[in-house]
Amino acid sequence: MDVLNVDYMLGLVPVLLRYLPLTLQLAGAGMLFALVLACLFAVVRVLRIPVLNQLTIVFISFFRGTPLLVQLFLFYYGLPQLFSALTVIDGITATVMGLTLHFSAYMAESIRAAIVGVDRSQTEAALSIGMTNSQLMRRIVLPQATRVALPTLMNYFIDMIKATSLAFTLGVTELMGATQKEAAGSFLYFEAFIVAAIIYWIVVELLSKLQNHLETRLNKAYNR
Amino acid sequence: MIKLTSLSKHFGDTVVLDRIDLTIEKGEIVVIIGPSGTGKSTLLRCINFLEQPTAGTLTVGDLTVDATRASRAEILAMRRRTAFVFQNYALFTNKTALQNIAERLLVVDRWPKDKAHRRAGEILAQIGLTDKADAYPASMSGGQQQRVGIGRAMAAGAEVILFDEPTSSLDPEWVEEVLGLMKQLAAERQTMLVVTHEMSFARDVADRVIFIDGGRIVEQGPPGEIFSHPRDPRTRDFLKKILASNAV
Repeated sequence: MDVLNVDYMLGLVPVLLRYLPLTLQLAGAGMLFALVLACLFAVVRVLRIPVLNQLTIVFISFFRGTPLLVQLFLFYYGLPQLFSALTVIDGITATVMGLTLHFSAYMAESIRAAIVGVDRSQTEAALSIGMTNSQLMRRIVLPQATRVALPTLMNYFIDMIKATSLAFTLGVTELMGATQKEAAGSFLYFEAFIVAAIIYWIVVELLSKLQNHLETRLNKAYNR
Repeated sequence: MIKLTSLSKHFGDTVVLDRIDLTIEKGEIVVIIGPSGTGKSTLLRCINFLEQPTAGTLTVGDLTVDATRASRAEILAMRRRTAFVFQNYALFTNKTALQNIAERLLVVDRWPKDKAHRRAGEILAQIGLTDKADAYPASMSGGQQQRVGIGRAMAAGAEVILFDEPTSSLDPEWVEEVLGLMKQLAAERQTMLVVTHEMSFARDVADRVIFIDGGRIVEQGPPGEIFSHPRDPRTRDFLKKILASNAV
C-alpha cells in the first residue's frame, strides 16, 4: 500500500472549501422551500381538505416511494424532452426542485404528526377564551409542534446536505463535483474523497451542535 | 345575566340535553349536580360553544344567539363573554403562569404587553401564586395549575365563569386550595356555574343547586332545600349514594 499523500490532502482543503457555499446554498434553499411546502401539506392533511387531501396523499406516496436520483434525472433530463420550454432548467434549479419535493414529502408527515400530537384540551382552552383558529395555530399549536418536530426536521436537513452530492450527476460543481474533478486530475482518489468526507462530516457535526442547542431552548418549558 | 331557552344538544340519535330552560342572575352562584353522563359538562360546553347546541337560544349579557344559526362572529363573541375552567386544567404548556393568564388580554383583547402583564400580575396575587409567575405548568402541582386555570378564566372579565368538575382530577391534598379560591370568587359575587361532586361546596357556597338527570333539570332550589328535602326520588337516590361515598 502506498503512503497517503498528506501534502496533497492539506492543499486540497482550501480548494474544496470554495465549493462548500454552493453545497450549503443548495441544501438551504431546498430546506426552506421544503418546509413551506411540507407545512401546507400537513395543514391540508390535518384539516382533511377535500380533493387537496387526496392529491397530497398521492404526491407524498410518489416522492417517498421513488429514489431521489431518479427524480433528479426526471426533472433534469426528462421534463425538457416533454416540454421544450423547460430546457432552461439548469442543474442547480433541478437539484433544488428535486430536494424540495422529495424532502417535503417526508417532512409533511412528521409535521402532521407533531400538530396532531398537541394536547387537544389546550386547543379547547384557546377557543374557550375566544381565540380565532389562526391565533390558536400561531400561538399555541405551532410552537408546541415545532418542539416535537425539530429533531426529525434537523435529521432531514442533515440528510439533505448529504443528498446535494447527487447534484454532480447533473453537472453541478458543488463539493462532490469538485472533488470528483480533482481526483480525476491527480489520480489520488482516496485522498480526495476522504477530504470531502471529512468536510461533510464536520458540517453535519456543527449542525448537530446547533440542534442540541435549539432543543435545550425549546425544552425549557418542560423541565420539572 | 345568563338565559338558556329550550337548549338542546343531540349527538346523533342520543339526546344529551333536552330543552333546558335556565336563568342565572348576575352574581349568582349555581351548582349543578347529577349522575355521570347526564349532560352536565355538555351544558357548560354549550354555553361556551365548545359544543354547538342543536337547538334553542342562549343569552349572555346583552348578546342573544340562536344556537342553530350562530355565525362564526357570534360564536367568538359568546366565547369571549364566558370563561371556562377545565377538569384537567388545560394550561398552555409552552407558556408560564403569567403568560397563561395574560394570553387572552394580549391576543383577544389586544392590550399592550405591559398592561396585560400588570393585570396578570394582579390576578396572580389574588390566586396566591405571585412567586410562580415565571414557572411553566410542568413544574407546578395540580392545585397550582388549576388555580392558574381559574386565574386565566378571571382575566377574561367574563359575565360568567363555567367550572367543569374543577377538582375531579386533583390529588386530595390539592382540593382544598382550589375550593378555597372558588369560595373567594363567590364571596366577590363573581357569577359562577359549577359542575361538581363536592357536595360540601354546593351546600356552603351555592345560592342554588340544580339536579340534572337524563339531560333535563329534575329539581332545583336553595341548597338547604335540595339536600334536606329533595322532592324527586331520583334526587334522593343520587344524594344518598354520593353523600355515602363522600363520607367514606
